[in-house]
Amino acid sequence: MSMISSHIPQVKRSKLVWLFVDSWVMVKRSLLQIRQDPEQLLGITIQPIMFVVLFRFVFGGAIATGNVSYINFLMAGIFVQTAAFGATISGYSVALDLEKGIMDRFRSLPMTKSAVLTGHVIADLFRNTLATAVMIGAGLAVGFRPDANAIEWVGALGLLLLMTFSLSWIFVFLGLVGKSIQFVQQFSFIFIFPLTFVSSAFAPTDTMPHWLQVFAENQPLNHAIVAIRGLLIGTPVGNHVWWSVIWSLGLLIVGFTACTFLFRRQAK
Amino acid sequence: MSTSAITASKLTKSFKDNHVLKGIDLNIPTGSVFALLGPNGAGKTTIVRMLSTLLQIDGGEAHVGGFNVKTQADEVRGIIGLTGQFAAVDDKLTGLENLQIIGRLYHISAKDANRRAKELIERFELTDAAKRAAKTYSGGMRRRLDLAASLIITPPIIFLDEPTTGLDPNSRNAVWAMIEELVKEGTTILLTTQYLEEADKLANKIAVIDHGQVIAEGTATELKAKVGHEHLELTLANTAAFEQATTLFSNLSVTSKASDLTMSIALDQGVHQLRSLLDQLDDQKIAIDNFGIHRPTLDDVFLKLTGHQAEEVQPEVKGKKK
Repeated sequence: MSMISSHIPQVKRSKLVWLFVDSWVMVKRSLLQIRQDPEQLLGITIQPIMFVVLFRFVFGGAIATGNVSYINFLMAGIFVQTAAFGATISGYSVALDLEKGIMDRFRSLPMTKSAVLTGHVIADLFRNTLATAVMIGAGLAVGFRPDANAIEWVGALGLLLLMTFSLSWIFVFLGLVGKSIQFVQQFSFIFIFPLTFVSSAFAPTDTMPHWLQVFAENQPLNHAIVAIRGLLIGTPVGNHVWWSVIWSLGLLIVGFTACTFLFRRQAK
Repeated sequence: MSTSAITASKLTKSFKDNHVLKGIDLNIPTGSVFALLGPNGAGKTTIVRMLSTLLQIDGGEAHVGGFNVKTQADEVRGIIGLTGQFAAVDDKLTGLENLQIIGRLYHISAKDANRRAKELIERFELTDAAKRAAKTYSGGMRRRLDLAASLIITPPIIFLDEPTTGLDPNSRNAVWAMIEELVKEGTTILLTTQYLEEADKLANKIAVIDHGQVIAEGTATELKAKVGHEHLELTLANTAAFEQATTLFSNLSVTSKASDLTMSIALDQGVHQLRSLLDQLDDQKIAIDNFGIHRPTLDDVFLKLTGHQAEEVQPEVKGKKK
């Protein structure tokens, strides 16, 4: 029974087509991994639900949000925080690929190399879409009442996913630099913690000391939070939509360029 | 394709001040098995990583399947299979999914990838485990899956970097059997190993690598001949016999050990000398408990060529390879 050898034709397509096909294969790989590793979904579903419950019922009563109910104020922050933590998964995944020998296997294949990274990043979008759906459900269950129309919903979700996509590249960069899960864990925490808490996610910024308020109101996640909140519950949006888009695209360009550069250099 | 599957001339590689390869020349004929033999840190893995396009070539030139490794890396990747030192499987996917995905990334059609994955799973005796996550596999199973992954398109040239390191004897034999089958089907194999026995068993030709250089090259027999000849090993029955034999062979090159009644006689004149020695012992009625022919092993070769044992580990060089 010899079936070791068998001539199998390799399909010829243009490089651009392969970029998409290979990326899609790698996205499928990431999504298939979830079955063996369902705990990665806990971090972006159960934990934020606990945050919703904690802030809605424990702290929320003591936080003044003017004529907006606290749960309506809170949910935009929860969405962005969940998306930011969700984006770290692609960083872990890249680090894990490097820790194990599988990156060598990918590099020895005739595939589009960058698909290894894009696969994980796009899988983050899928995971975060799911997590956002769960958060919307959790919010509605405890009194979240958005008044957005369809266009506003699309805008809010678009901003959220764009921010996720950009952050994923930053975390992939951390994965490529550190090549270890612990490294990504430590640094992503240092990065995300101040950006999510020193913002208007959980409390209005106007009671913060001036210097902190300046930071809180101008950092990228806060722009996304204020913009998404405005779109969903009708609070003033100002320029925050544009600032959020600009920040996201900026982070995306920096993160993507740094990843591509480092990934190519590591192949030498 | 030319008659050489892999050629390399004056390959060099340095990591900062560490000159890992100092000019490697290789010429591996199509359809043969070539072994790079050497201790950890000798540069074997670096050679494989360069030839399989994972590492950039600093100096020199290499061709794999007629393609220039430097300028036609993608073409090279399309005709090679690589099994590295550490099983490169995705723990979070099942065995079957691992092979299907690698197949797609080799750019074969989804249909072919599925069919081939199933075939290889069966061929590598992983059928029962095909739908289990690879993280539940034993070391031997992982290695088999890894090997299967490098055979998806049946590449004409396969690199095996220490394919049996860390495997139990059963799994090692299974891997050997598969390698022999591949060779029968015409695949060219470059393998690295620290196991002299493995090189001896599998390879048509062996290059002994030490400190980034080829210090000897040839067939196992040729390498062994470098070390010296076969020896007739005798264990005499008693002290009287030992003394008789010592007198009888006093004009030959003999090393003997009176305390355990053994002696070793160099057979530098081949088979008829062996017969004459045994005849002489018989004529004199010298009682022998035990006799045997000792062939020099590749262990002896290594010791002779490098002045140190093959198993010597040099971790400081190894660490810098990554």
